Amino acid sequence: MSMEFLMASGIGALTAAGLYLILLRRTFPVVIGLSLLSYAVNVFLFAMGRLTIDLPPIVSSSAAGYTDPLPQALVLTAIVITFGMTALIVVLSLRGFLETGTDHVGRETEAGKPASEAQREVAAR
Amino acid sequence: MSNPWLIMPLVVPALTAALLVLALRRSPSRQRVLSGASVLVQMMLAVGFCLAAADGEPRTYLLGNWPAPFGIVLVLDRLAAIMLLLTGVLAVCALLAALETWDRRGRHFHALFQFLLLGLNGAFLTGDLFNLFVFFEVLLIASYGLMLHGGGARRLKSGFMYVAVNLIGSTVFLFAVGLIYASTGTLNMADLAVKVPQVAASDQALLAAGALLLFTVFAIKSAMVPLHWWLPPAYGAAAPPVAALFAIMTKVGAYSIIRVYTLVFGADAGPLAGIAVPWILPAGILTLVLGTIGVLASRALLDLVCYALISSMGTLLIAVGLTSADGLAAALYYALQSTLVSAGLFLLAGMIGEGDERQDRGAGVRNGAGLLAGFYFVLAIAAVGMPPLAGFIGKILILEAGRAASLASAVWPAILVTSLLMIIGFARTGIRIFWNVPVGEALAVPHPVAMLPTLVVGGLIVLLVALAIFAGTVMDGLAATAEQVLKPRHYIGAVLRDQRAGPAGGE
Repeated sequence: MSMEFLMASGIGALTAAGLYLILLRRTFPVVIGLSLLSYAVNVFLFAMGRLTIDLPPIVSSSAAGYTDPLPQALVLTAIVITFGMTALIVVLSLRGFLETGTDHVGRETEAGKPASEAQREVAAR
Repeated sequence: MSNPWLIMPLVVPALTAALLVLALRRSPSRQRVLSGASVLVQMMLAVGFCLAAADGEPRTYLLGNWPAPFGIVLVLDRLAAIMLLLTGVLAVCALLAALETWDRRGRHFHALFQFLLLGLNGAFLTGDLFNLFVFFEVLLIASYGLMLHGGGARRLKSGFMYVAVNLIGSTVFLFAVGLIYASTGTLNMADLAVKVPQVAASDQALLAAGALLLFTVFAIKSAMVPLHWWLPPAYGAAAPPVAALFAIMTKVGAYSIIRVYTLVFGADAGPLAGIAVPWILPAGILTLVLGTIGVLASRALLDLVCYALISSMGTLLIAVGLTSADGLAAALYYALQSTLVSAGLFLLAGMIGEGDERQDRGAGVRNGAGLLAGFYFVLAIAAVGMPPLAGFIGKILILEAGRAASLASAVWPAILVTSLLMIIGFARTGIRIFWNVPVGEALAVPHPVAMLPTLVVGGLIVLLVALAIFAGTVMDGLAATAEQVLKPRHYIGAVLRDQRAGPAGGE
């Protein structure tokens, strides 16, 4: 029972922290938040194969049962994809910071933002 | 019967992209030839698929020859074939428009373009939910690169937001897939269609949560209100040919909604039948209304085009939400025409030059103004849905199909009033761009109209006219498609038949 509780509360804590960081709307917290969120989903996917201990991932006559290997394969795929994405978004946020001088995400009236964007905002109001 | 042709729309762009990156990195002219040839081959494959799928028999291909519920299966039915054809046509147009201009701005334009096509083709062909996620990621990764193509602070800024939003979407997709797998034990869509009605009552809440989370993901992709706000900054910042190709990415979301919520959670899904239906129609109406307000509020042409795209997604989703065969056929017709119109408008906005750092100076068009104004006029007519072009026919079909709907009293006013408001929005922007040119400036800034984009926009208009003239023939095909989509027994049969026929098949 305790393992289920640990897993569930761990996923919940990771998700909550990830969402909070994403809502801060600055690039570094957003990147960290997205990473936490992806850890949460990886553990979640793993748990969806049901939590079992000491069982092989194949059907074997010498074992009492088996643990579902498919979620583990899904998690592997998800980890690879998230890894690539995180690398991309880190580079993107660095380039964005270096070119615009601000690490805000989305619409902020900052000195560093391009003139066209500021004009559009004035126009939009 | 496993049909190896089905893998070709994936193999061709994948090999092309690999060749472009590895062998032809330093030779732009050869890159263009190879990329163009590959896009043409893909379009011809799609034409062939459309002809083959017209007999109504879904075809399947088992990857690695693993039997259906265990391995990944590609399925070609009428719906997939039509979306592939639309992708192929759009890819040819976007690539032509990018030649010699935008593809010079970076070395990997063509490779990214091919990877995006790989993702699109895969998403339309796959019969597996997790594989759909993978192809979503493939097309998104390519689209991140393409969106940033050309560089600049504005692209980086909107690029970050676009990537972040889609990463959150991918995470939600994984949560949904996990929930669905946990309660059904399969991710093959045909197998899901069989297993979903049999899910134990205790697991149904879990499965419903998964189904609606999945709907949220598709809502992000299809720019459904209230998840539409990422689209205008992202598409507005992208290079015009890229934005033209992106016009189909919102349709990937709509396609996924149609596919999953007719096949897996369709009428035969037992207690979960039509779980997303109560959401689609109201969300569609909201999207239409908010998109139109955006059109009215836009001052720059690119913003206008982006919001017109959102409002067309609203109309499309309304038609999907009617959940009748007529509605679905009308939705597909409207999807074809609105994709072509949006692509044309993005390219036109690029030619007028507003999108490229000269944003919204209020100054109008220079040389070739008459031609561009004519294009704008025709595309605006198509976008708002006035006769005689295909947009009008699409909207009439949707209104006809909506007569029987329970929310008809909301559908009709929404579509008609927003059409009027769209006319106002398009007319006002047109006047500002083409007539509000200060005296003398018209000749002061020589800005010759690029040859290829002009031809492409002309070609798109020809396609729109053809779509209107041959509306009867097209609608016959689309009506059969809607019929096939709403009665997925054939699809399920075709996929799971391989389970018994496969080498290790049978249980």
